[in-house]
Amino acid sequence: MIDAEQASGNARVNNPIYRRRVWLNRFNMAMSMATMAFGMIFLIWILITLFGKGFAAFGPQLFTQMTPPPGSDGGLANAIFGSVLMVGASVLIATPVGIMAGIYLAEVGRDNWIAKVTRFVNDILLSAPSIVIGLFVYSLIVFQVKHYSGWAGAVALAIIAVPVVVRTTENMLMLVPNSLREAAVALGAPTWKVVLKVTLKAVRGGVITGILLALARVSGETAPLLFTSLNNQFWSTDMNAPMANLPVVIFQFAMSPYEDWQRLAWAGALLITLTVLLLNILARTVFRQKTQ
Amino acid sequence: MDAASTRSFALQDAIFARSTQFFAMLVLVTLLAILGSLVYGAWPTITQVGPKFLVDGAWDPVRSLFGGLAPLWGTIITATIAMIIAVPVSFGIAIFLTEMCPPVLKRPLGTAVELLAAIPSIIYGMWGLFVFAPLFGEYVQPALTATVGKLPIIGILFQGQPIGIGVLSAGIILSVMVIPFTASVMRDVFETTPAILKESAYGLGATTWEVMWNVVLPYTKTGVVGGVMLGLGRALGETMAVTFVIGNAYNISLKLFDPGNSIASSLANEFNEASDPLHLSALISLGLVLFLLTFCVLAASRWMLSSLAKREGKRT
Repeated sequence: MIDAEQASGNARVNNPIYRRRVWLNRFNMAMSMATMAFGMIFLIWILITLFGKGFAAFGPQLFTQMTPPPGSDGGLANAIFGSVLMVGASVLIATPVGIMAGIYLAEVGRDNWIAKVTRFVNDILLSAPSIVIGLFVYSLIVFQVKHYSGWAGAVALAIIAVPVVVRTTENMLMLVPNSLREAAVALGAPTWKVVLKVTLKAVRGGVITGILLALARVSGETAPLLFTSLNNQFWSTDMNAPMANLPVVIFQFAMSPYEDWQRLAWAGALLITLTVLLLNILARTVFRQKTQ
Repeated sequence: MDAASTRSFALQDAIFARSTQFFAMLVLVTLLAILGSLVYGAWPTITQVGPKFLVDGAWDPVRSLFGGLAPLWGTIITATIAMIIAVPVSFGIAIFLTEMCPPVLKRPLGTAVELLAAIPSIIYGMWGLFVFAPLFGEYVQPALTATVGKLPIIGILFQGQPIGIGVLSAGIILSVMVIPFTASVMRDVFETTPAILKESAYGLGATTWEVMWNVVLPYTKTGVVGGVMLGLGRALGETMAVTFVIGNAYNISLKLFDPGNSIASSLANEFNEASDPLHLSALISLGLVLFLLTFCVLAASRWMLSSLAKREGKRT
């Protein structure tokens, strides 16, 4: 019995087809592990560089001093403030628009042609090149009023944020079981009450996740701000004037030949990355807690 | 319930339906407005330069020469390089995450990949300029020229000044940026394969590779192609990761070490300096070309991903 099994085992191992299959499998699985390592090495390398160079220039002066002319000390206070203002304004614009459109897709339109086309268009806008959105807002606002402004930047960022909110709101509402809607309707509630007081409330964690993800997405966007808010060397709270912002300052400083500017660029890059990662992690925890 | 309150409910609901519809239409109108404003801005170029814009390589704002072929060429070449690297690597990562990864590591590694997709592209660009390009120019490019650069036909690709900055570097940085996107879409798509299909194949004695290649991949192929197209869409329109390392030169060359320009990088570099209306219009035309290109790629990707989702819905 045992001999027979061993014999058949040996026969299998000696079978060239079987051996080729085993080796092909081993080789490909090794390659798969290698690609995982390849991806991870690059990404860890980027993070190490970012933390190393970023922390070297990190300090309280980043938050208290203005962007300096080349050759003198300074911080990024005006850029940080401008970014917070524009990103905040853009999310304030995008949240109601995105939630309402998401409600239409999931609760009102569902499978009619407007909903279908909107869903498709929303998915396209979700990954449309952000620089093109910058061009659009340039022709829409900057070219008309003849000057760059913080508002133009906020509008450009809002156009990028809306699809993220629409997508998550719709996906979350789709998860609500129909029995919940039916129960509310049976009690005599009109549709708007069912949506606002029952279904939307049931998924508010998911909707907050969407807003946080939108916030994370627009915080690092550089390309659309180049043609809209431009930059400003000084502290400015006027959204009608060109406004400093972290990504554009980083771009300008990193491309410059001055070493102190480059150091500040790394500090800003670290700041942005930490913000984006933190927002993403926060979004995940909110999602996990509220949807359980 | 009396008739009056039923009527008022009907009115309230009609208002609610209309107002949500308004916002949904706003999303639709945004896309049309983007297209419209680009066409309007590009009109002077369309009438004065015409279709020649797409095949003419001479770009010289000083002499008012505007041919868009060089940035278009750069966009396509860098995106192609990025996908040649990113597709097999993402495929490997997705296989690792779905089939090989120890269960303890599955979630942290999956989350790590997703978080890396969230890092702003300007970070990849800076890293490319300050860290990758110097090393690449010093060690890798001379080695490539000395080895594969000597081969017939494909040798020409690996020639040029080994300065680290150029089309090949931009393509590689782009691939590093695209890998997390494509890998996480592929992983999600692979996970839709019903366990029973995989188990049947394993039960018949198939190896892990055979299960992936002969069962999972055929089952999910539209989704995988959709994921790849999604990555391609990102790669074509990416600005910051490319602008830092591509070298900003209007150049149509097969030598991948030479500096070049992509549509997005020419826009980022020149748009604010352009004062001549025709120059501005030519740049907007480039934006229009980019928008149409990515629109087609993304539309195809959406269509493929949604047809997979539909089938999944039917089966389960």
